[in-house]
Amino acid sequence: MAQAPELKLTPTPGQTIGPFYGFALPYEGGEKLVDRAHPGAVRLHGTVYDGKGVPVPDSMLEIWQADESGQVPEKPGSLLRDGYTFTGWGRQAVDNAGYFNFTTVNPGATEPGKAPFIQLVVFARGLLNRLFTRIYLPEDTEALANDPLLASLPEERRRTLIATREEDGSLRFDVRLQGEGETVFLAYPRNGEA
Amino acid sequence: MTQDESFEPEAQEAYAHLDPAATADSQDTITREIQDLHAGYAAGREKGEAEETQPRVDFAPYRSSLLRHPTKSLHHADPETIELFSPAFGQRDVSPLEADLTIQHGGEPIGERIVVSGRVLDGDGRPVRGQLVEIWQANAAGRYVHKRDQHPAPIDPNFTGVGRTITGPNGEYSFTTIKPAPYPWKNHHNAWRPAHIHFSLFGTDFTQRMITQMYFPGDPLFPLDPIYQSITDQKARDRLIATYDHSVTSHEWNTGYHWDIVLTGSNRTWMENEEEEH
Repeated sequence: MAQAPELKLTPTPGQTIGPFYGFALPYEGGEKLVDRAHPGAVRLHGTVYDGKGVPVPDSMLEIWQADESGQVPEKPGSLLRDGYTFTGWGRQAVDNAGYFNFTTVNPGATEPGKAPFIQLVVFARGLLNRLFTRIYLPEDTEALANDPLLASLPEERRRTLIATREEDGSLRFDVRLQGEGETVFLAYPRNGEA
Repeated sequence: MTQDESFEPEAQEAYAHLDPAATADSQDTITREIQDLHAGYAAGREKGEAEETQPRVDFAPYRSSLLRHPTKSLHHADPETIELFSPAFGQRDVSPLEADLTIQHGGEPIGERIVVSGRVLDGDGRPVRGQLVEIWQANAAGRYVHKRDQHPAPIDPNFTGVGRTITGPNGEYSFTTIKPAPYPWKNHHNAWRPAHIHFSLFGTDFTQRMITQMYFPGDPLFPLDPIYQSITDQKARDRLIATYDHSVTSHEWNTGYHWDIVLTGSNRTWMENEEEEH
């Protein structure tokens, strides 16, 4: 891949979401990208943990993903869902036990042979800047083996990015902010940092 | 792609003396820790180390960060298709009335009515058009409408402190609100946050997603605040401070502030161009 061009402007610094976002950012239906009755509905759930393995009760997560056929959604309506339009984006504040629970669909591969994943961004009180990661679907082992990001990671780190498929079809993905099993968090080109 | 730095378990033990729940530390202790970290950054700069533009996620004077920051460096990822796009928001999502935080109840909120306006740009200076901006804040007494905020300052029945808007064709946004007050918090003894408005922003790529805080010029609490000071570089800290702008002030109605926000660079355009060249 070619070198990304230099930025013209320096990005504004981020800051923590703080403790008091609950009355402002979460909204009715934010975690339901599709209705539970949707034929392809999948539960994506897990817990956010701190460096001592204690659940983080004041974290907010957002997911962003392609639809089941791998199309990138470009439709508005995430904040006032009509129950029919798949917008690809969802938001949920974790509960008092650090637990989250989205209803979505399995994303399709955006290009043939690519490993499908859901992009995740993590905010929390105590976390001074947002963290990005990917939630890979576990099934397409060949695509996972060919994925450039996963290939660049040692096995014990690689596995932090691959969701577990549970017996009922749910996807389980825990976020570990620090310490043993620490989730791999990502830096993208052109983020203005050296 | 770069490999991560090796994991250092001792990093956590080094913090063992710092109880995240402690409130007994004095402001002097916190301020000294901040100054030491900043002096270390300045010394590194003199030796040619990189300029920092973002907060450190590992910033011990902000005690809640101790167990909530990754100890490994971020892993480089080349964006894939989904990461080159962002969710779309529009008039279906947000009513134009949501940009005025002073008209959400039956009466006028108490406090100094202000307008905060500016533009959302990407790292190439291009306006971010038609995207969602969300804000939330404390009221004029320093109290949030949040059940966990137990600060004994009055709740204003005419002020919730939540606003949303969609940026215009030049990336412009404007909120009418009330100037928030500083408020106490439990990081250390006698800890006070400088007055601020939280901002949540989206770009054209989801990799540009960010949440930050806008501050007001001249706040005497700046040097004391470990959240603001987690940005070790003064030039970067200054980027979070709005400018008083008399052209935004309106006659017998509100004072005005200007604040532009720069997101990281989009990767979609250059990566698409690169594909076409091959």
